[in-house]
Amino acid sequence: MFGQPTSPRIRAALAGTLSAGLIFGIAACGGGDDSDDAAGTDASASAIDCAPYTKFGDIKGKTVSIYTGIVTPEDKPHIDSYKPFETCTGATIKYEGDKSFETQILVRARAGNPPDLAIVPQPGLVKQLVTTGKAVPAPEEVGANVDKFWDKAWKGYTTIDGKFYGAPLGASVKSLVWYSPSEFKDSGYTVPTTLAELQTLTDKMVTDGKKPWCAGIASGDATGWPITDWMEDFMLRTAGPEKYDDWVNHKIPFNGPEATTALDAVGGYLKNDKYVNGGLGDVKSIATTTFQDAGLPIVDGNTCSLHRQASFYAANFVKGTKVAEDGDVFAFYLPGPDANTKPVLGAGEFVVAFADRPEVKSFQTYLSSDTWANTKAKLSSGWVTANKGLDPNNLTNPIDKLAGTILLDPKATFRFDGSDQMPAAVGSDAFWKQSTAWITGQDTATTLNNIEKAWPK
Amino acid sequence: MTTATPVTTTPPLVADKLSASKIAKKRLSSPWASLAAIVLAVLWTLPTFGLLVSSFRPERAIKTTGWWTFFSNPTLTLDNYRGVFGEDGGVNLAAFFVNSLIICIPSVLIPLSLAALAAYAFAWMNFPGKNVLFLIVFSLQIVPLQVTLIPLLEIFVNVKLTGTFWTLWLSHSTFALPLAIYLLHNFMKEIPSGLIEAARVDGAGHVSIFFKVMLPLLTPALAAFGIFQFLWVWNDLLVALVFAGGGDEVAPITLQLANLSGTRGTAWQLLSAGAFVSIIVPVTVFLLLQRYFVRGLLAGSVKG
Amino acid sequence: MFNTASTTPEKILQMLAALLLFAAVMGVILFIAGRFGGKKGDRIVAYLYLLPVMLLLAVGLVYPGLRTIYQSFFDAAGDAFIGLDNYGTIFTDPDQLTVLRNTVFWVVLTPFVATAIGLVYAILVDKSRFESFAKTMIFLPMSISFVAASVIWKFMYEYRPDQGNVKQIGLINQVIVWLGGKPVQLLIESPLNTFLLIIVMIWIQAGFAMTILSAAIKAIPDDIIEAARLDGVNAWSMFRKITLPSVQPTVVVVLTTIGIGTLKVFDIVRTMTGGNFNTSVVANEFYRQTFNADNQGLGAALATLLFLLVIPIVWYNIRSLRQSEAR
Repeated sequence: MFGQPTSPRIRAALAGTLSAGLIFGIAACGGGDDSDDAAGTDASASAIDCAPYTKFGDIKGKTVSIYTGIVTPEDKPHIDSYKPFETCTGATIKYEGDKSFETQILVRARAGNPPDLAIVPQPGLVKQLVTTGKAVPAPEEVGANVDKFWDKAWKGYTTIDGKFYGAPLGASVKSLVWYSPSEFKDSGYTVPTTLAELQTLTDKMVTDGKKPWCAGIASGDATGWPITDWMEDFMLRTAGPEKYDDWVNHKIPFNGPEATTALDAVGGYLKNDKYVNGGLGDVKSIATTTFQDAGLPIVDGNTCSLHRQASFYAANFVKGTKVAEDGDVFAFYLPGPDANTKPVLGAGEFVVAFADRPEVKSFQTYLSSDTWANTKAKLSSGWVTANKGLDPNNLTNPIDKLAGTILLDPKATFRFDGSDQMPAAVGSDAFWKQSTAWITGQDTATTLNNIEKAWPK
Repeated sequence: MTTATPVTTTPPLVADKLSASKIAKKRLSSPWASLAAIVLAVLWTLPTFGLLVSSFRPERAIKTTGWWTFFSNPTLTLDNYRGVFGEDGGVNLAAFFVNSLIICIPSVLIPLSLAALAAYAFAWMNFPGKNVLFLIVFSLQIVPLQVTLIPLLEIFVNVKLTGTFWTLWLSHSTFALPLAIYLLHNFMKEIPSGLIEAARVDGAGHVSIFFKVMLPLLTPALAAFGIFQFLWVWNDLLVALVFAGGGDEVAPITLQLANLSGTRGTAWQLLSAGAFVSIIVPVTVFLLLQRYFVRGLLAGSVKG
Repeated sequence: MFNTASTTPEKILQMLAALLLFAAVMGVILFIAGRFGGKKGDRIVAYLYLLPVMLLLAVGLVYPGLRTIYQSFFDAAGDAFIGLDNYGTIFTDPDQLTVLRNTVFWVVLTPFVATAIGLVYAILVDKSRFESFAKTMIFLPMSISFVAASVIWKFMYEYRPDQGNVKQIGLINQVIVWLGGKPVQLLIESPLNTFLLIIVMIWIQAGFAMTILSAAIKAIPDDIIEAARLDGVNAWSMFRKITLPSVQPTVVVVLTTIGIGTLKVFDIVRTMTGGNFNTSVVANEFYRQTFNADNQGLGAALATLLFLLVIPIVWYNIRSLRQSEAR
């Protein structure tokens, strides 16, 4: 009757596939529940002091949705770290991980369908979300926590028009160089403490017949971002933190003399055929090597000795690789211009709210507390935070301990990743694209000019 | 003057098929044709075959050697498939299978029916504005999905449909309409007007012409389009991303696959297994329905 | 029924309810249509049949489409009216001109090559013993999502340096090495990379062409074919004089559909090269400007450009329709 092919054949086919689906579904219903129960009941059930979170009212049975770009396998520690909160308040947290988070959160916010909370990895994106008018400022309790546990600069990243929107969550350290401790021991290399020493070390490796550096910037849509990190690191070291801030905020032009010096310094390493691309090819191969694969030659085949990349890179080594000072691979701090100047480039995530119901506020407060930070640390490997309430002994992984120490070092000058703070047209577009063109042959001047052109008027 | 042979029933078919198969035997005795067909088929399947082989290889092997070395140095593993079915704390794809099916079935049936009606109107009826309307419908094929996302999402939010399957059913159906109407219209025009005239003369109204004359003849075309629409919806990622955002209740398998490659990792080994899992249903559907094409659009001939 | 279903049985019930609701709506339309007969009734029946379609299209496609065209005259944030500036950018910026060039390559090569392969293959296997199996082989790529296709072709195009004990993992480079050459970074070399990406699209679309053309070939009345055989024509003549003219309208349909689909596809470019190395196409730029660079105006202008690019295809199509009707 309804104008569809009435053939018994088609009905059979559809019925068949539907049954197959049903069988899978039933299997899933059985399987899914089991794995949920089995996994998370350990560690995090330890009782916590619930007082700071129950003062918002009785939130038993309420749900809070949190939307992030953190998917498998890093999502599990997050989900588990919410359990103490769920246990003591009776609320439920619904975690939604999505690789296309950065695009989708904007779509959802603009269309009026945002989640309760979002974990936003860029201050620039936070600004865009606030512009949609759907974000709500953070509650006072969160602000108090941030004042207590973080350096002043962190609060500033998400303060827009005088209102504070998002507490920091996790962080990463980017000024790191990965290396092989055993290779260093065998060849008599020492970890450099100044930029000049890094240069000398590189040259020494070349005379030893190696191509010391390996790099890769391929990352799908985001291809080119590792070069932005290189440039920002060198900007900090050649022009200093104040000029870096001016450059990020466009008080000085993107293509000024400071930026040119910085990018050329990067080129001294990355565009030098003798230095790159260890184990992977020539200079151009940097453009097609994925950032995930780029550091692997340090361990496989020892065809590369130095790889500049953030602390989260630890997850990329094949299971079983020992990441430790005496292990297969480790990292040292990318040195400053001299042994006492320690600029640190890093990044982090912020929790932004789109609702102000009591349960949402309560959960936000939990996430900005030291309780959460310590709970999370015990569950994670390859994670760190700039929350000063964190006890570094809770960090399980040596690289996390290193990153934690660097972050919390009072002598270090921390600066947030520049491209994450710039407007989208530059930070998520022109800077990446032009960097990619730069590594495949475009000259520094053209590259910087094109990026400057992309800066919104 | 016209004696329209009554429209196909099985008996005339059999007679024609016999002579057709005789022709077929003659045709395929050409070895060049067979060779060409085989070469093309092999070339086309090779890349996918590579993926299949890769899905059974361990992660290290995939990243350091080519899949063809599998034959000289086989290292088999089911780890990738295990990873995809959630043993390791990964994602359990089976649950999303159901969602995909539930999204696909109405998203195929609804546009197919609506388009058949509309195509019939365009092909065999006369009404003012027919050409202009057809032109518009045809040109709407070009509207990129992306420009409709935010406006549609706003509408769905206003009518409180977000988080349900309705958003997906309605969007997929709408997006399918221009092409569906266009394709079905083309097939409908091929039906000889003699058949329609004969039915009219017999006093049939549009409704019964539609069901008794058109539909049976249209089955291969409907099956063809049905398959394409099914595939398109099954493999869709973007629409699901935008309209199914809001949790696992509604998310289809493609969404989970995309997330499978990890927050920062390129888990090609998981992707290869996952890609294969997602192929099974579309291929099955194709195999089951493609017998329809063999029957041909006009089974039996009309002397006119 | 309009809420979020969370268990499998609930979901299935929701789906069945939706289908029944739809059937009811269709039933009502057909019932009302059945009441009108005769010539005047034609008009009303036609409008009734078109009603649900027009509604959905108006809301889901026409309104967003118009909104986009309107947006293309505004700036990045959508506030200030800037007239034709966005279009100016598209036609003067050197990167954008490369994008246009690439798009032309895509739209010209994909439909013709895919259709040719699909047609030839459909003829070759028509009525053969392994027809079903043979067609599935060519059709297989169509059932694969673009993401999966990109994974597959990554394994084909991958490059590994010519060093020591490093082996090639990409098939094409391996063949090059076997033939004595040096591996090539296939996806960086422009414009080779664009052609390599086009190959992926052809690989996928040939199945579509084959399926539709196969149905059309089977529609050629057997008696015509038999008569020709009795006259002793050879395979090539058969193709040129009987097969091709008979399926010509369908060929036009296939060419057009693939052409339009090619204009819209950006997934392949986006996943394999991110649009870098001079491989970007208009559809990819649209996505990039709208979602990455947050430039709503320029994105809208690019979408409108896509609308405009389809006009020659529409024109060609209508011309063919008129010609075939005149036959």
